[in-house]
Amino acid sequence: MADIRVENLVKSWGGLRAVDDISFDTRAGEFVALLGPSGCGKSTTLRLIAGLDAVSAGRVVLAGRDVTALPASKRNLSMVFQSYALFPHLNVAENVTFGLSVRGVPKAGQAARLKHVADLLGLAALLDRRPSQLSGGQQQRVALGRALIAETPICLLDEPLSNLDAQLRSEMRNEIRSLQQRLGITMVFVTHDQTEAMSMADRVILMRQGRIEQNGAPADLYEKPASVTVAKFIGTPPMNILALDAREGGAVIAGSAGPAVGPAGGRPVVLGIRPEHVALGSGGLPATVETTEYFGADSIIACRAGSQRVLVRMPGKPSLDKGTAVHLSWPRAAAHIFDQETGLRRDAA
Amino acid sequence: MTASRNALYGALLLLPAAVLLWVFTYQPILATLGNSLYSTPRGRRASVFVGLDHYQTMIADPVFWKALTNNAIYALTTIPLSMALALAMALFVNAKLRGQGLVRMAYFTPTVLPMVAVANIWMFFYAPDYGLVDQVLGLFGGGGNNLLGSKETALGALIVITIWKEAGFFMIFYLAALQQISPTLIEAAELEGASRRQIFRRVTLPLLMPTTLFISINAVIGAVRLVDHVIAMTKGGPDNATVLLLFYVYQVGFAFWDTGYAAALTAVLLVMLALIALFQFGYADKRVHYR
Ligand SMILES: Nc1ncnc2c1ncn2[C@@H]1O[C@H](COP(=O)(O)OP(=O)(O)OP(=O)(O)O)[C@@H](O)[C@H]1O
Ligand SMILES: [Mg+2]
Repeated sequence: MADIRVENLVKSWGGLRAVDDISFDTRAGEFVALLGPSGCGKSTTLRLIAGLDAVSAGRVVLAGRDVTALPASKRNLSMVFQSYALFPHLNVAENVTFGLSVRGVPKAGQAARLKHVADLLGLAALLDRRPSQLSGGQQQRVALGRALIAETPICLLDEPLSNLDAQLRSEMRNEIRSLQQRLGITMVFVTHDQTEAMSMADRVILMRQGRIEQNGAPADLYEKPASVTVAKFIGTPPMNILALDAREGGAVIAGSAGPAVGPAGGRPVVLGIRPEHVALGSGGLPATVETTEYFGADSIIACRAGSQRVLVRMPGKPSLDKGTAVHLSWPRAAAHIFDQETGLRRDAA
Repeated sequence: MTASRNALYGALLLLPAAVLLWVFTYQPILATLGNSLYSTPRGRRASVFVGLDHYQTMIADPVFWKALTNNAIYALTTIPLSMALALAMALFVNAKLRGQGLVRMAYFTPTVLPMVAVANIWMFFYAPDYGLVDQVLGLFGGGGNNLLGSKETALGALIVITIWKEAGFFMIFYLAALQQISPTLIEAAELEGASRRQIFRRVTLPLLMPTTLFISINAVIGAVRLVDHVIAMTKGGPDNATVLLLFYVYQVGFAFWDTGYAAALTAVLLVMLALIALFQFGYADKRVHYR
């Protein structure tokens, strides 16, 4: 069991700060997802923790030991690369036991641990094959096996499921999660798939442009997004972010005649409301239906209210034609207020 | 379009290449094999069928055996040494270093030079007393050598030149292969706790094996084919110390004009090369390719 602490980490490539002064720590045995759009610095952060790239500034502390200056081979952690990075000239068994073998673990011990890991990941029938003779999902499991057999207390995974089909991906999610819990491994899992992060992780760190936007439990990110960016990143479809017009009795949706949905006066704000929290009814904000998209269990209805577009999620398949006049309402607690300029959450709504 | 029409077009497209190959490669090989069974025509005496006479002569010919031994020594030293040097140079210039392009070019230059020009340069290096090598040896009190002129050192001197020339050429292949190896593989090995030496032995080297096989085939061919410097520098002497097989063929064919015997020597050379190539492609190839 080991925890990870990252302090004021910076990595710049020339002028670009790929990782821009980030700090976070994890408990031992925690499963942390690094989430964010492409190019936001997730892989770079992982590589800095692993020691594959040198930091520009800041510290990496693993299990209470400052490892910032140590090479990757001395950090006692394992990593699953996005591209698997299996050795093409070795078979599955040799790939999985590579680390044990270079560390001089006796052959008998290697065989016992290999059997254990192979059974765990369903690799037993594939041990003699070369990576080129495996399917993508099988290669994935070999990469995972190579990371797990060392039984290092920390395991880093860089988008390990991105190349799999939906079915295999959900199987592997469960497999990884249960392994992590059973073995008490501290895992940092990079993904740009929010469902993956939300469903698997104890904690989600959402990054944008090299900085941390929010660091919290999945429910925190969903229920109390710290900024417009987070609000728009989490949830499918994402939160409606609606511009407001200031009025005497409280701000109204831009271009509409009311009712008041926001605070009166103060700095200009925007209103965030999740599609699943909006209800169609007889009272509330007048709107007209623009489109309906049917997804099976539910439908997404796009409405226009004032100058804003509001998405509404409804169960089943409502029969609403384009142009139908409706009224939108939502519980007061479901509304999020963000500063218009900074995009940051304003709690005193 | 019908299948037979297609086949006809295919055959027609292949024809020019096939004709060239036949006229300049296969027909001469067959002719050589044929000639090796006939005596050399001299003056009015036309050539007559002599069967395996030439081959019997060869077995009794001390110069042939000398050439064979020389060539074996030559091959067994130049091939491994030039390949090892090539790999070392490739590893060196593949690393991040200042003036990388310049160093790469410097290593490659010997390959670009024609062998005769190389011979000229080295003639100067090897010149007794005032040559570069002898002057350096002189610093350590061992001057006054005629490196190309004495039986003990002449073959060694030629071997050094060959290694110097071939290593740069082979380096290019190793360098290309090294750049093909995904850096992620090296990182993965590092993360697994492998030292640099272990990474080289267990990852880099095996991944270079296909290239090594390819280079070794080239090196074998080179060890038989490169005789320009023998002709330019020693003419096989002193006392046949630097006679190589192909040089002997050249000597027998174009200095002694014994074309029948030269054909027989060529046939033996061909068979030996074919056997080596068969081994390399048939046996080693299967063990080396991992895809
Ligand atoms: N070796 C490098 N040299 C220069 N810039 C780099 C290098 N590696 C990464 N970058 C830059 O750093 C930024 C962060 O890259 P990083 O690979 O960490 O993104 P990421 O969040 O992992 O994205 P993705 O989800 O697409 O994998 C990017 O803008 C990228 O262009
Ligand atoms: Mg990445």
